[in-house]
Amino acid sequence: MKHLIPEFDAMRKRYPADAASSLVLPCLRRIQEDRGFVADSDIAELAAYIPVPRIQIEEVLAHYTQFRRAPIGRWHLQACRNLSCSMRGAEGAIAHLERKLGIAPGQTTADGRFTLSTVECLGSCGTAPVVMVNEAYHENMSPPRLDALIEELRK
Amino acid sequence: MTGRKLIMTFPVTATSHLLADYKARGGYGTLERALREMRPEQITKEVTASGILGHGGAAFPTGRKWGVIKPNDGQPHYLCANADEGEPGTFKDRWILENAPHLLLESMLISAYALQVRHSFVYIRGEFDLPYRRLAAAVEEAYAAGLFGERILGTDFACDIVIYRGAGSYVCGEASALITSIEGKKGYPRNRPPRLTVRGLYQRPTVINNVETLSNIAGIVAHGAEAFRTVGTAKSPGTQLVSISGHVQRPGVYEVEYGYPLAKFIYEDCGGPLGGGKIKCVIPGGISTKVLTAAEIETVTYDHAALAAAGSQVGSGGMVVIAEGTCMVRLLQVLLRFYHHESCGQCTPCREGMGWMHRIIDRIVAGEGRMEDIDQLIRISKANDGTTICGMGDAAGYATVGIIAKYRDEFEYFIEHKRSRLNGRLEVVQ
Repeated sequence: MKHLIPEFDAMRKRYPADAASSLVLPCLRRIQEDRGFVADSDIAELAAYIPVPRIQIEEVLAHYTQFRRAPIGRWHLQACRNLSCSMRGAEGAIAHLERKLGIAPGQTTADGRFTLSTVECLGSCGTAPVVMVNEAYHENMSPPRLDALIEELRK
Repeated sequence: MTGRKLIMTFPVTATSHLLADYKARGGYGTLERALREMRPEQITKEVTASGILGHGGAAFPTGRKWGVIKPNDGQPHYLCANADEGEPGTFKDRWILENAPHLLLESMLISAYALQVRHSFVYIRGEFDLPYRRLAAAVEEAYAAGLFGERILGTDFACDIVIYRGAGSYVCGEASALITSIEGKKGYPRNRPPRLTVRGLYQRPTVINNVETLSNIAGIVAHGAEAFRTVGTAKSPGTQLVSISGHVQRPGVYEVEYGYPLAKFIYEDCGGPLGGGKIKCVIPGGISTKVLTAAEIETVTYDHAALAAAGSQVGSGGMVVIAEGTCMVRLLQVLLRFYHHESCGQCTPCREGMGWMHRIIDRIVAGEGRMEDIDQLIRISKANDGTTICGMGDAAGYATVGIIAKYRDEFEYFIEHKRSRLNGRLEVVQ
């Protein structure tokens, strides 16, 4: 984590002076972008940098679904299965991805390329069903479009 | 057309979200005039007189919220735009973040001046990538143009802004959980009183407004409260961005003037139901609002009073159209799975109740339901109502009670025959 401290120092400038505790979420996000997950050493170093109690960081990691404590696949496919997506084919799309990748939600392919997750409402209901690939939304995902997406990502 | 427009007033192009285009449309002229010609109290007075209601879901009068803040009481105040758009079916604030980020920023600067805020925040949900990038770029453009920081537009007014990204937590859209999250903690809602306008972020008076609510402020200040009140109805002035999805021909975001006929909006402006069949029902404002049958939407207008009279709400503007042939038992299963997943676990009735309701609906769908399960779902819903710190448990109950009240026969059929009368369909028969 320590190499990110100059970035964290720069980030503080627009916050109120006494708001150091606010840095927990943005710093964790940056650490995860950098390493792919949040390691034990990151927690200790971040707790010392901000400073906040270690338990505050651990609670944040447990509460928010986007934080990870372990590495995942190169491509993280997060398929929405909330109402509007389910009404426009999400159940079939998720089943299709499971067959295509040979994994169930929560699993990573043996080659480490793909992790599949199901998520609740991504706020893209008008273009349902939607699958988030790392940061990007892929909309109106029919099985043929999913096939094309996977082919593209396998390249 | 869905009535007059206040927000979607310009054609969306490849550059319409940028500062140059916004300025060419007259952008930041209202800020300049407000800073040079108006006192902070005048702005709050104008916002109060406009009668604008919160557009995030609760429809609380914005002026009443602002009126609690004493701009010159010598302590810091904070302003947060709630961009944690997470109520299923809702994707309207995304339109502003992606297409009109400077409208939000100018409105926030005017609001910050009115409330004497030195540090402001936009709390944006962690999954939003393009909306974040558009907003972040707009913030940097604005800083470079001297619209944030010290001595804004050469005046004594100073204000900074932070875009604070959530990390996956529905409950953080609730205002007190939102500020707890900005404090760098797990998103637990807080008990009121004290109200957040008395003790909010970092224990200081804080105003939290929805993105769309705030985005109306520049227009209200530019043209005056009276002009704003000529749009919409007497009790619901202005417009609402409605995001419509589900079994509908033309899903998307529409700006609807309050008072517009709901059936006309759904059948004409949005093309009616998908698949050539009929509409079974409509969820008008996010999944936590009560469902209205096709017959009930026939005569209702789209405004707070009319929807309340029909037994539902404007809510978050997240409208979901449900076609004939959809299994309401499986639909409720999707909703209860969601609420169970998102319960933060702080309050016993919600922590236990959401899981309990989810287990019951799963049991019914598995063909192992008992007839008393239907009333049990209603009992748990009512036990949650008003017994928790935030409204999430209540909301799950409203959705549940609303669906069972109108489609009880489907639940009875499912339990008796151990299968759905409608083949468990959620997708429309094309």
